[in-house]
Amino acid sequence: MLRNKAIIAGAADSDVGKVPEMSGLALNAQAAQRALADAGLALSDVDGLITAYSMTEPYFMLGSVLAEYLGITPSLCASLTVGGATPGIALHQAAMAVATGEAEVVLVTAGENRATGQSRDDAVKALSHVGHPYFEMPYGPIVPSFYALIAQRYMHENGTTREQMAHVAVAARAHARMNPAAPAAEALSVDDVLASKPISSPLNMLDCCLISDAASAFVVTKPERAPDLPHRPAWLLGIGQCHTHEHVTMAKDLTAFGSAHSGAKAYAMAGLGPADVDFAELYDCFTIVPIIEAEELGLAPKGEGGQLFESGETRIGGRCPINTHGGLLSYAQAGASGGMHGIVEAVRQLRGGEGVRQVAKHDIALVHNEGGVLSSHCTMILGRDAQ
Amino acid sequence: MSDGPTDLPAPREAPDAGPYWQAAREDRLVMQNCYGCGTYRFFPSLLCPECGSEEQVWGPCSGRGTIYSLTTVHRAPSPAFRKIVPYTVALIELEEGPRMMTNIVGEGRNEAAIGDAVEVCFEARGTDAKVPQFKLAGA
Repeated sequence: MLRNKAIIAGAADSDVGKVPEMSGLALNAQAAQRALADAGLALSDVDGLITAYSMTEPYFMLGSVLAEYLGITPSLCASLTVGGATPGIALHQAAMAVATGEAEVVLVTAGENRATGQSRDDAVKALSHVGHPYFEMPYGPIVPSFYALIAQRYMHENGTTREQMAHVAVAARAHARMNPAAPAAEALSVDDVLASKPISSPLNMLDCCLISDAASAFVVTKPERAPDLPHRPAWLLGIGQCHTHEHVTMAKDLTAFGSAHSGAKAYAMAGLGPADVDFAELYDCFTIVPIIEAEELGLAPKGEGGQLFESGETRIGGRCPINTHGGLLSYAQAGASGGMHGIVEAVRQLRGGEGVRQVAKHDIALVHNEGGVLSSHCTMILGRDAQ
Repeated sequence: MSDGPTDLPAPREAPDAGPYWQAAREDRLVMQNCYGCGTYRFFPSLLCPECGSEEQVWGPCSGRGTIYSLTTVHRAPSPAFRKIVPYTVALIELEEGPRMMTNIVGEGRNEAAIGDAVEVCFEARGTDAKVPQFKLAGA
């Protein structure tokens, strides 16, 4: 039981967007330095390091490579590969490490130079390896195809519409335009999304997340340190995982996923429910995904996630603000960092002081990361205070 | 997608799925059928994910199923596929239970929809391989 056993003492992103002068390692190091500074700690305080993976710089042992790069000698170090779910799962591991006393200060980083560290064709090619090499790749799917298959089935069974999906992208862009750290971009309309280049039906270009240079980092430590921190920490109230498959062909159902289970575990640990969530940072690699997640996590009734986004209630100022930083769709997506930007945003929103982007009620945040093709899920519930 | 010969890549053949690829060369679809519980399974594996039994036989499949979901791909993952965009990638639910990924080929492929009945056919790839493909039933 990890409730109130770990805090996020500091969190930060690297520069995001197109950052051609920095390697992926440098982006991770920049995010790490900023997160540690945010926590009032130094690299010399770090005794645990968890990293993700990199497609542009595919080091065999990224955790050890980053430790070497940062000049630290942690007593706990690992690199995790769970796709987009990696940041949440790293938080889970880090929390277990500090809760058991196996580590005191765990630095978690993720990200890579996915925009400028490889050509667009190489990016498409590398990502296509998400598919099964023997039984899926002979048919030429791309990553959006896997999610498109889910979207089509979801629309078929639940009546979710293309327009509702477009609203997800429109809202994300509106939030990104309120975020000074996000790449500059024009406002979007539903028609813009519907008229954008078709990728894999029903997904158009603007239904797909960005490809960015970005990294993100956070620092996990034990609650006893909270009074000494320069900023209010975020309390880990609940966390849960569920892993059901990796390949879309093997998913038992394309309208019910492991997120319902990871969410139930997180809520139970926190002693909270969906009605207690003040705002949420959901994984939004494609517009259909946060619609599904909102339903699975109880933020909308089953089959009504599309209406939730269409209603405007997910906007800052609405009943349940979602993806207040702009999400993967309009803030940044650099492999495993995608979901970690949502963790960083939640930590900041919980503290307050995000200016025009600040949500009104900010006691309880829900963050959801998913990896693969809605395959691996991690739901986190973070609090402004211990519960 | 052209119905003629393509320069699409030959499949990488999984080492533990030899009978599947050999049957495809002979225009037959086979899958592992579990002795323990009778379940057909796909992808191939050492043990039955339903009951754990390693006892199995490669059994013939009807090759009939329905479209569970599908997508039209406009941006291909490689130059070979780029030549044939747009093409359809689908998940088929076989009569025997398992799902398979496939393209929808043949007449009417652009009008295919969820729930449509489909049947297997085989597409030559490379010099000595075939991959199972599906076409609308009766097409």
